[in-house]
Amino acid sequence: MSKITLKDLSHSYLEKQNSNDDWALRNINIDWKDGGAYALLGPSGCGKTTLLNIISGLLNPTKGKVFFNNEDITLKTPVERNIAQIFQFPVIYDTMTVYNNLAFPLKNRGIPPNEIDKRVKEIAEMLELTKTLYNRASGLTADGKQKISLGRGLARSDVNVIMFDEPLTVIDPHLKWVLRSKLKELHQKINRTMIYVTHDQTEALTFADQVVVMHEGEIVQTGTPVELFEKPRHTFVGYFIGSPGMNIIPCEIQNGTAEVAGIKISTSSKIKQKSNFSKTEIGIRPEFVSFSKDGIPVKIIKVSNTGRHKIIDTECKNGKIKILSHSSKEIPSGSAFLSFDKKYTYAYGDSRIIE
Amino acid sequence: MRKFKWLVPTVYILFLMLPIYWLLNMSFKTTTEIINTYSLWPQKFTFENYITIFTDSTWYTGYLNSIYYVVMNTILSVAVALPAAYAFSRYKFLGDKHLFFWLLTNRMAPPAVFALPFFQFYSSINLFDTHIAVALSHCLFNIPLAVWILEGFISAVPKELDETAYVDGYSFWRFFVRIFIPTIVAGIGITMFFCFMFSWVELLLAKTLTAVAAKPIAATMTRTASTSGYELGLLAAAGSLTIIPGAIVIYFVRNYIAKGFALGRV
Amino acid sequence: MDKTINQKAWFFVIPVFILVAFNAVVPLMTVVNYAFQDTFGNNVFMWEGTRWFKQILKSERFHAALGRQFLFTGIILLIQIPLGIAIALSMPKKGIGVPICLVLMSMPLLIPWNVVGAMWNIFALPEIGFLGHSLNDLGFDYNFTQQIGDAWFTTILMDVWHWTSLVVLLSYAGLQSIQPAYYQAAEIDGASKWAIFRYIELPKMKKVLTIAILLRFMDSFMIYTEPFVLTGGGPGNATAFLSIDLVKMALGQFDLGPAAAMSLIYFFIVLLVCWVFYNLMMRNEVQK
Repeated sequence: MSKITLKDLSHSYLEKQNSNDDWALRNINIDWKDGGAYALLGPSGCGKTTLLNIISGLLNPTKGKVFFNNEDITLKTPVERNIAQIFQFPVIYDTMTVYNNLAFPLKNRGIPPNEIDKRVKEIAEMLELTKTLYNRASGLTADGKQKISLGRGLARSDVNVIMFDEPLTVIDPHLKWVLRSKLKELHQKINRTMIYVTHDQTEALTFADQVVVMHEGEIVQTGTPVELFEKPRHTFVGYFIGSPGMNIIPCEIQNGTAEVAGIKISTSSKIKQKSNFSKTEIGIRPEFVSFSKDGIPVKIIKVSNTGRHKIIDTECKNGKIKILSHSSKEIPSGSAFLSFDKKYTYAYGDSRIIE
Repeated sequence: MRKFKWLVPTVYILFLMLPIYWLLNMSFKTTTEIINTYSLWPQKFTFENYITIFTDSTWYTGYLNSIYYVVMNTILSVAVALPAAYAFSRYKFLGDKHLFFWLLTNRMAPPAVFALPFFQFYSSINLFDTHIAVALSHCLFNIPLAVWILEGFISAVPKELDETAYVDGYSFWRFFVRIFIPTIVAGIGITMFFCFMFSWVELLLAKTLTAVAAKPIAATMTRTASTSGYELGLLAAAGSLTIIPGAIVIYFVRNYIAKGFALGRV
Repeated sequence: MDKTINQKAWFFVIPVFILVAFNAVVPLMTVVNYAFQDTFGNNVFMWEGTRWFKQILKSERFHAALGRQFLFTGIILLIQIPLGIAIALSMPKKGIGVPICLVLMSMPLLIPWNVVGAMWNIFALPEIGFLGHSLNDLGFDYNFTQQIGDAWFTTILMDVWHWTSLVVLLSYAGLQSIQPAYYQAAEIDGASKWAIFRYIELPKMKKVLTIAILLRFMDSFMIYTEPFVLTGGGPGNATAFLSIDLVKMALGQFDLGPAAAMSLIYFFIVLLVCWVFYNLMMRNEVQK
């Protein structure tokens, strides 16, 4: 078990780097305490798998250091770091039985057979694999195989960190939920540091205590799921998290106030009198927009009913705004006025939040 | 032990190159010298064998004809085999196991058996002495080979990859071309090379089905080895030259074979 | 793997089926025709029933040729398959070594088979060939045209030289196709090199190796041109493998009936061995 610290980590797959684009990771700094459940969330290509492989030791970073419990392990092999990694596709030893798959990492470390037996049965019990323990591993379903992968990682009692690289990719949708809950349950039971990489926000937000959102090789925000939802520090976070994502509307900043379509908007951001951003925007989640007697004039374009709530697409002079409201509430038609809940309205300069 | 790993392929390659060196050696000698003297390099170095080949039109058209029908056959075989191999790997259908095995049985008869019937058959459909006839006849053994090799490589890719693409909303052909094929490039590369190779060296059918217009290099070479006794120098030069097209093919597909599994992330 | 049942898959297979069947059916019918009849030329046929088949199957000459063939093929497989795999495992995976290895190793495969036979003929001649001359210099009494052991040695050496690269290339391509995640997982599990070979590389190469073995079996069992040009089947009958014997009978003695019957028997032996082997290799691929 260990706490993990990443210091000034940068990585490039190219020999020479000419621009920011040549870097897969830039200036990553993370401080994770022991035993937590963390998620690395971001779209494909944002660098999360690269980061994961650096933590596990499958990749050596171009710059920066990795510490487990304050020990510099940047150049140590995966075996030396005592980690476990579960991949996107079930990686199992096809010719072995489930039992032998789970026992394999233990055998390689020279653990005596009766201890191996005890441990394997324990893990099988935890993952509900006991019934198929003596079957050929290749005969199991996709989720069974992923459980075997997981089991191999858990089998070793001295594992520091368990890493998941989009492990539910091949699982049937109706089984994803089951496995997700199982993973959460497991974490609470064994209390080991777990890092979960995904592009699915539901997976990240339900699994992790703390989520690291990545975008184009950089960390844009770290926080609890609630923090990420309520106060996105980067427009990308706002847009990526939540369904539907945050409304990002271009605005003008005049004398310390933000204006949209000529209407002054009060925000939680303390906007300076003088600001020289090339791009300024207002962010507000659809949940916190409501119809009012006055405010921003909009035209109602579409109303969709998802059962639990309604999503209303509207358009103002500066762009589109979505509203999320309870199914029961009445929706005006044609044109209306919108007001934003000030507490959750933020101003963004060059995509970053203005505090 | 690790350090000496390179020794294995090196020794093997040296073993392979010895007779080839000897072949090259012979190609630069006159036939009389070859038969009468033993020497590690030509005593009287001569280009005359190569000159004959490059100037005598029966020789160089032979090469061109061969290249033409072999390329035709390779492209046709691989193109047709790919979807079939995919079907055999991923789907179960009526008679699939038997059909798959039946394909291989077409390589199990000694080619001599096919010569005369093929000659009669292709003549009757007016395809005698055409490149397409040879290309088509070689499908008999190359398509089964291609299907079998490709099926082996396709089966090594987890089926879950296909399903991931569907979930993300790809249409089948787009998935096949943009996601799937990159994962089996090694298989495609090796299949192309083998189809090229087996068609290139096939003598009997190529000789039987052609006369003048599509006469392959193979036919010209057997001519030198029979009636006028062995024109060894000429044969050696011709033999050396036959290595080149195939070497180019494998050079061309080397990255596919070596790259192997391209991370098929959807 | 779970295969989904889908009869529409036939559409994927139809082009293959047409092109192959187009070539297979007509000649097959001709051969079968000949095998059951007798002819004095002039397209006059007499039904002979199974006479030719019985004649062949009882013939001592056939048994001898068959025995020689099985011995030859057995030795070939025992050498080429493990050797090919070993070479593939030791080849470089990236860098300049890759194209060098691939191009040089593919060369023997590309030489027309009659040229292969002819060049080894010269190569092995005691007076004017490098191999023959060197072996005799080293003190061996080597003469492949007159000594049976030497003839076998040379024929086998020639075949190993000619065809091992097929096994190497197939194995190499198969190895390169293994997803890196498997190697990564094995590294994390602390597996030894041998364990990686046994539990990851060999199983994942199974299909590709099956093809290599089947191909080598079939091609060496039907081998004709190379040994014919090298030794002519000699000395005497020592290297007269099945094909060579068959052609002697068909062309030399113009016994088309027995020749065709022998072809069919030949075909069935190859078919049977392949069928058995294929099923053995694939018995674990149970489809749900």
